[in-house]
Amino acid sequence: MPEEMLIDEMQCVYQKPGTLTDEYMHYCPGCGHAVAHKILMEVVEEMGLQEDIIGVAPVGCSVFAYNYMNIDMQEAAHGRASAVATGIKRVRPDKFVFSYQGDGDLAAIGTAETIHTINRGENILIVFINNGIYGMTGGQMAPTSLFGQKTSTSPYGRDVAHNGYPLKITELIAHLPGAYYVTRQAVHTPNTVRKFKKALNNAFEYQKLNKGTCFIEVVSNCPSGWKMTPKETLTYIEEKMLPEYPLGDIKVPTQNKN
Amino acid sequence: MIKGTVLINSETCKGCELCIVACPQDSLSLSQKINLRGYRYVELSQDNCTGCTNCAIVCPDAVITVYRQSKQNYKKAV
Repeated sequence: MPEEMLIDEMQCVYQKPGTLTDEYMHYCPGCGHAVAHKILMEVVEEMGLQEDIIGVAPVGCSVFAYNYMNIDMQEAAHGRASAVATGIKRVRPDKFVFSYQGDGDLAAIGTAETIHTINRGENILIVFINNGIYGMTGGQMAPTSLFGQKTSTSPYGRDVAHNGYPLKITELIAHLPGAYYVTRQAVHTPNTVRKFKKALNNAFEYQKLNKGTCFIEVVSNCPSGWKMTPKETLTYIEEKMLPEYPLGDIKVPTQNKN
Repeated sequence: MIKGTVLINSETCKGCELCIVACPQDSLSLSQKINLRGYRYVELSQDNCTGCTNCAIVCPDAVITVYRQSKQNYKKAV
């Protein structure tokens, strides 16, 4: 039976979301950024938010996020995406606003902006992609790099005496009263991707309530920075990243606690 | 078993093999051919796809479209 006829009898159950543009993504093969873009845009499409959402793109690997997301986007200076998102949300409180940041942007140069945005309890969603390395600049050590992780600025492995501890910014900001929903998800297996999608759905629902900042950390991979094949990064995430950054909800709204 | 199939946009595939790992049926494999950008792309190598969408969900570049037999068609066939 020809393939076209076979497909005619079947239903399409999954296709590329219409809110992603046809632009060819510049990400390396197997990059978690692209999965996070796709799922974010799927949620936007399913919730029908395409006209009512404004995103803020960071500096880092995902600096061209505005080329791929077919929604209103704004580029921010390095680390200042959450501050820019604050401004946008205050001017247009009727719109959904999110910032999409990596670990160099959010946890290194933008720590002050991130903490103060959440402390003010701004009604935005912050999506934080944590891959434990500076991907765009060539694999240097990030605040979130693991103990003993070899990067181009820690060739003998990250040493606590010299470089300090991995920064768990998600746990840190969960203590702030302005944070409404704080969770850590991953995008390396189909199950974790589905959970990430649910978390995004929740976060946009909570943004309607005007209660505070939603923060989603996504444990991601960086095949080029980690000097691994995409397949090897999956086992690295399971064995090394997840014990340091355990998945799950860290702070949930009290009425949903069971 | 419900039958499914996938359509793969071979020109935007980067051959990262994440879908091959995610497929519970081992239906996918890397092709011997390369696309215009020089990547070996993924293709459906076995006819046992169930349309579970696992491959499409983990695909970073959204190259996979999944089709699945509807339940009515499945009942008719059985």
